[in-house]
Amino acid sequence: MGQKRPAPEGLPQEGRWRRRAACPGNRPGQRATSSQRPSWGNHGDTTYRHLAPMNADSRHVSSGTLKNSFDRRSVVIGAMQGGIGVLLAARMGWIAVLENEKYKLEAESNRVNLTLVPPRRGWILDRNGAPLASNKTDFRIDLIPDRLVDKDATIQLVGQLLKLTAIEIQDLRDKLDKAHGFQPVEAASGLDWDRFAAVSVHLPDLPGVVAQRGFSRFYPTGPAVGHLIGYVGPASAQEYEKEPNPLLVTPGFKIGKDGLEKHFEAELRGEPGARRVEVTASGKIVRDLNSRDDVPGKSIKLTIDGPLQDYAARRIGIESGAVVVIDCMTGGILAIASMPAFDPNSLVDGISRLEWKMLNEDDHIPLLNKALRGLYPPGSTMKPMASLALQLHGVSPDEHVFCPGGYRLGSRFFRCDAVHGSLDMRGAIEHSCNTYFWTMAHRVGYDAIAPVARLLGLGQEFELPGAKQRYGTIPDAAWKMRRYHQEWSVADSLNAAIGQGYVSVSPLQLAVMTARIASGRNLLPSLLAGHAKPLGPALPFTPEQLAVAHDGMFRVVNGSGTGRGSRIDIGGIQMAGKTGTAQVRALVSRGHFGDWKSRDHSLFICYAPTDTARYAMAVVIEHGTFGARAAAPIAKDIMTYLFDPATALDVLANLEKGWGGTPAERMAARYKAYAAQYGTSAPKVEEDEAVKAAEDSADTQNETVANDATSPQPEKYEPSPSPNASAEPHSPSPTASPPTKPGPTKTPTQEPQ
Amino acid sequence: MALGYNIPDPVARQPWGIILPLTTLVLFGAAVLYSASPVPGGSLRPWALIHMLHYFVFLAMALVMARFPRDWFKLAAYPLYGLILVSLVLVELMGKIGGGSQRWLNLGFMTLQPSELMKPVIVLVLARFYDSLPPAMTASWRGLVPAAGLLAIPAAFVIIQPDLGTALAICFGAVVVIFLAGLPLRWFIGAGLAAAVAAPVAFFSLLHDYQRKRVTIFLDPENDPLGAGYHITQSKIAIGSGGFFGKGFSNGSQSHLDYLPESHTDFVFATMAEEWGMLGGLFVLLVFAVILRWGMTVARSSNDRFTQLLAAGMTATIFFYVAINLMMVMGLAPVVGIPLPFVSHGGSSMLTNMICIGTLMAAERWRKRGGSIP
Repeated sequence: MGQKRPAPEGLPQEGRWRRRAACPGNRPGQRATSSQRPSWGNHGDTTYRHLAPMNADSRHVSSGTLKNSFDRRSVVIGAMQGGIGVLLAARMGWIAVLENEKYKLEAESNRVNLTLVPPRRGWILDRNGAPLASNKTDFRIDLIPDRLVDKDATIQLVGQLLKLTAIEIQDLRDKLDKAHGFQPVEAASGLDWDRFAAVSVHLPDLPGVVAQRGFSRFYPTGPAVGHLIGYVGPASAQEYEKEPNPLLVTPGFKIGKDGLEKHFEAELRGEPGARRVEVTASGKIVRDLNSRDDVPGKSIKLTIDGPLQDYAARRIGIESGAVVVIDCMTGGILAIASMPAFDPNSLVDGISRLEWKMLNEDDHIPLLNKALRGLYPPGSTMKPMASLALQLHGVSPDEHVFCPGGYRLGSRFFRCDAVHGSLDMRGAIEHSCNTYFWTMAHRVGYDAIAPVARLLGLGQEFELPGAKQRYGTIPDAAWKMRRYHQEWSVADSLNAAIGQGYVSVSPLQLAVMTARIASGRNLLPSLLAGHAKPLGPALPFTPEQLAVAHDGMFRVVNGSGTGRGSRIDIGGIQMAGKTGTAQVRALVSRGHFGDWKSRDHSLFICYAPTDTARYAMAVVIEHGTFGARAAAPIAKDIMTYLFDPATALDVLANLEKGWGGTPAERMAARYKAYAAQYGTSAPKVEEDEAVKAAEDSADTQNETVANDATSPQPEKYEPSPSPNASAEPHSPSPTASPPTKPGPTKTPTQEPQ
Repeated sequence: MALGYNIPDPVARQPWGIILPLTTLVLFGAAVLYSASPVPGGSLRPWALIHMLHYFVFLAMALVMARFPRDWFKLAAYPLYGLILVSLVLVELMGKIGGGSQRWLNLGFMTLQPSELMKPVIVLVLARFYDSLPPAMTASWRGLVPAAGLLAIPAAFVIIQPDLGTALAICFGAVVVIFLAGLPLRWFIGAGLAAAVAAPVAFFSLLHDYQRKRVTIFLDPENDPLGAGYHITQSKIAIGSGGFFGKGFSNGSQSHLDYLPESHTDFVFATMAEEWGMLGGLFVLLVFAVILRWGMTVARSSNDRFTQLLAAGMTATIFFYVAINLMMVMGLAPVVGIPLPFVSHGGSSMLTNMICIGTLMAAERWRKRGGSIP
C-alpha cells in the first residue's frame, strides 16, 4: 500500500523518525519496530505544516506547487466554463435563428388545431324529388379512443349522463374495443337538448369526449330502401387505410357502406368545412380563429317512385321475397324491393349485438338483396317467353296439342297438373299447360329457346349502380358440356322449357323480360333519373307473335287462367300476367306445405295496362307455394297502387293489422323481444367484413336451394288440396343438385309404368 | 468598492459587483414567471412573487454569511457535513418506512431536500480536507481516498433515492475541488478512461429504466415525440420558434397552452426564450458569465488554499446547474431534473445557490480584510 519512494538523504534524523508516515516502508529493516509505526490519529495541522517542507520529495509537492497547480487548473476550469458558454450561445443561435422557420411552423401546428366539419351528405331523391335519404340536424356525442384518459370512468359517466341502457353501454364498449387511434366512436346521436347539454357541461372533465351539433343520415322509409340505398357508417380502419383522409376519422363523418350510398360516395360526400381553433396541449379549445363552410354533396335522383317502393316493400309483408317494377316507356326501375330488410337508420352508428343476432338468426336472410342477388327457378313464368321462341322457330300459334295429363318421353311419363285436353298456344299459356310446352320443346330443342331467353334479359347482368347482381343460368348444350361434361338430354330440354332444372334467374331479370315482352322493345333497366339507357338491338318478334303472348297472359288473369283471382279493373285498366310455381327440391310431399324451407317458390310476372303496357312487374315470394296464392295477390295490390293508391292503401292497412304493423314497427317489436330475452348476452359483432361474409354465405345458401329443383309443378291453385291424393304420383322423385353431383338422375318426375 | 464619498460605509461595503447582476437576473426570472402564470395575461401569483421573496430572504442570508470569518467555515465544515449526511440518511429511511417517497423536510415557508444542501457542503468539507492535508500528501493515496470517501457516501445515498441530477451535481462540485487541489493529472485521465469503459456497463446495470429511457430519448428525441422525448422536442420548439427577438412578453404559445412541460421550473429558459428570443437568452448567458467570472476571480485572487478551493468549488456548483440545465433545454443533454439557478421557480435550488453566493461573498470579504495569509 505504501508509496515506494526513496527518502532523500541528508534529512534530519529526527524528522525521519517522526514522519515515518510520510514515507512508510522505505527502510525495510525498520518495519518491525512498533515504535516506528505512524500515529494515524494525529492529524494536527501544526504537525503537518511543520513537516511539510521536509516532505518535498522527488515530486516537490509544496504549497507553492499546489498554488501554481491551482492557478493553472483554475484557468482550465474557467476556460471550460467559457467554452460551454460559447457552445450554448451557438446552439441557441442554431435553434432560434437558423432553424427558426421550422420551429415556428411546429409551434404553430401545436397551437392551431384544424377541425374538419363533416360535409352534409347529398340527398338521394326519388323520381318526383322526394327524399329517400336525407339529413336531419342532430346533437351527437363521440368518443376518441386515443384521447381517453380513463376509459372505464368515462364510459361510466357518459352512460350515466346520456341515460344509456346496459345493452347500449355494452355496444359502446364493443365499438371502442374495435376502434383504432383517432377513429371516433359514436356514443349517442339524435340526442335531445337536455342530455346533450348534460354531457357538454362535463366536457372539461372528460378528455376524449366530443359533443357537437351536426347532421345525421335519415331514411324516411327505413327498411323499404335498405337494400337499394344501403347505409352509411363511421369509416372502418380498412377504409381509412385505403383512403388516408383526415375527414374519415372526423367525428360525425359517415361513409357509404353499401348499396347506392357506397356506389355514389364520391358524388354524395361533398367538401368538408374547416374550423381553425387554438387548443391547449390537452386539447381544450381556447378560441376560434376562423372557419370555412362545408360544401354539401350533390344529390342523386333515382327513377324510383318512393311511395311505390315503400308500398311494395310493405306489401311483401311477413313473406321473404322481392318485387321489381319497371317503367315500360323508359326502362327506369320504379321499385326494387327485397324483404325482409335491415333498417338503414339503425345501422348508421354501427351494428349492435342484438341487431346482428336478429339479422343472423332470421331464416328469411334480411342481409341478402333478393331482387338482384337472389336466384330462383322461374317455373311457368317462362311460358310467354317460350311461346315467342316457338313462333320464331315456325310453330304456329294455332296448332293444337292434346294434353292427356302428361307427356311421354320414352319410358318416362312427365306429368302435367291437369288433363287440359286440346290447347293452342294462347290456351297453353292461359292454363299453364306443361304438356304443350314439353311437346313443342321436344320438337324445336331447348337450344332454340335459350337464345330468346337471353334476348329477353334472362341470364344477363345489367349495368346498374349499387349492389352487384348475380345473373343466374340459362342453360344450353354447350353450357352443360362446359359445366358438367355431359351431353344435353331431351329431359333437360323439357325441364328447362318450363323454367325448372338448370334454369335460374333473378327477380330483376324477370321484370326486364316482362317489360320487353309487354313493350316489344329491348328496354334496358336504369336507376338514375334522366339517364335512361338507350335501347338494345331490336327484338325480332312481329306484332302478331307478341300478340299471342299478350293474349295468353291476358287470359291468365282475365280469362279462366291460373291467375284469375288477381284480376283488376280500374277504370278500364286491366292487367296481364303469368303465374309460376317453382319446385325447390325433390319432395316427398307436394310443395305447398311441410316446412317453410322446402315449399315451392311462388312467382308472378305481369304488366298493365293491357292495351299499351306502362308498367311491368316481377314478384318472387320465396317458398310462397303456388304462384297464384302468394305472388299474384301482391302483384295485384302493387299494380292497383299505381292506378288507385287509396284503394291499395286500404288493403295494405288491413293486412298490416294482421301482421303486427309496418316493417319498421315489426322490427322494433322484434328488437324489444330480443332485448328482453338476451339483454347483454348476445355475442359480439365482428368487423364490417363479417357482415359482408354473412351476405355472401346467404348468397351461397340461396344458390344451392335455387338449383336444387327439377320437378315440374302444377299451376292450379286449389284452395285446399288433398295432400295424399296429389302427393302420391310424385313420390319419390330422384334428383340431384347440379352444383354438387351432376348425374343422369337429373330428370323430370319419372312415373313408373 | 469605493462608490463615492456620500454613500454610507455599510452600504458601500456590500459586494455590489455580484448583487446587481444577480438581482437583475432574478427580476428577469420573475418577469418570465409572471408571464408563465396560469392566470391569463400573467400574474405575480403563483410563482413570481414567491420567487422574489425567496431571493430576497436568501440574499439577506447570504449577506449575513458573508460576514462570517473564515474560521467559522473551517470549524463548521465537518460538523455540518455530518449533520446533513445524517439527515440525508434519516429522510431516506423515513421515505422507505413511510412507504412513500417523501424525501424533503418541511420548513414551513418552503420544503428542503437534505441532498440539496449537500451540494455546497461537499465543497466546503473537501476544501477543508485539502486545506488540512499536507501538500506533500496530495499526490499520495491519502490525498484521494478520504476525499473519495467523503464524496461517495452522500452520493450513494442520493443515487439510490433515486436522484441522478443531484448526485451528478454533488459529484461535479467535489471533482472540481479535487482537481483544483492538485492531485496528479494522470489520475484524472485514468479515471476518465475508466469511466468511459464503465459507462456502458453502468448504463445497462445501474440506471433505472426511466433513466435509461431518458438517455436513449435524448439521443433521438424524435423517436418518441409524444412520450418522454416530448419534453426535449417541445423545449426546442419553444426556443426555436422564439427567433432572435422573441414572440413578445406573454405571447408564448408553447408555455401558455401547456405544450411546454415544467414551464416554470426546469424548462423556464425555454419559456423565457420563446418570449424574449435569442436576445433574452444571450442576456441570461451574459449575466451567468458575469456571476461565474466573479466567482472564479474570487477564487483565484484568494491567498489561501481553503478559500481558493471553497470559492472555486462553489462557482463550479453554480456552473454545473447552469450548464446542465441549459444543455438540457437545448437538447444537448438528457432530461435530468435540474433547475436553472436564480430563474427557475423553487426554494431549494435558490437556497443552494444563494449559499454558494454567500460563501463566495464571504471569501471575497476575507481577501479584502485579511492581510497576509500564512
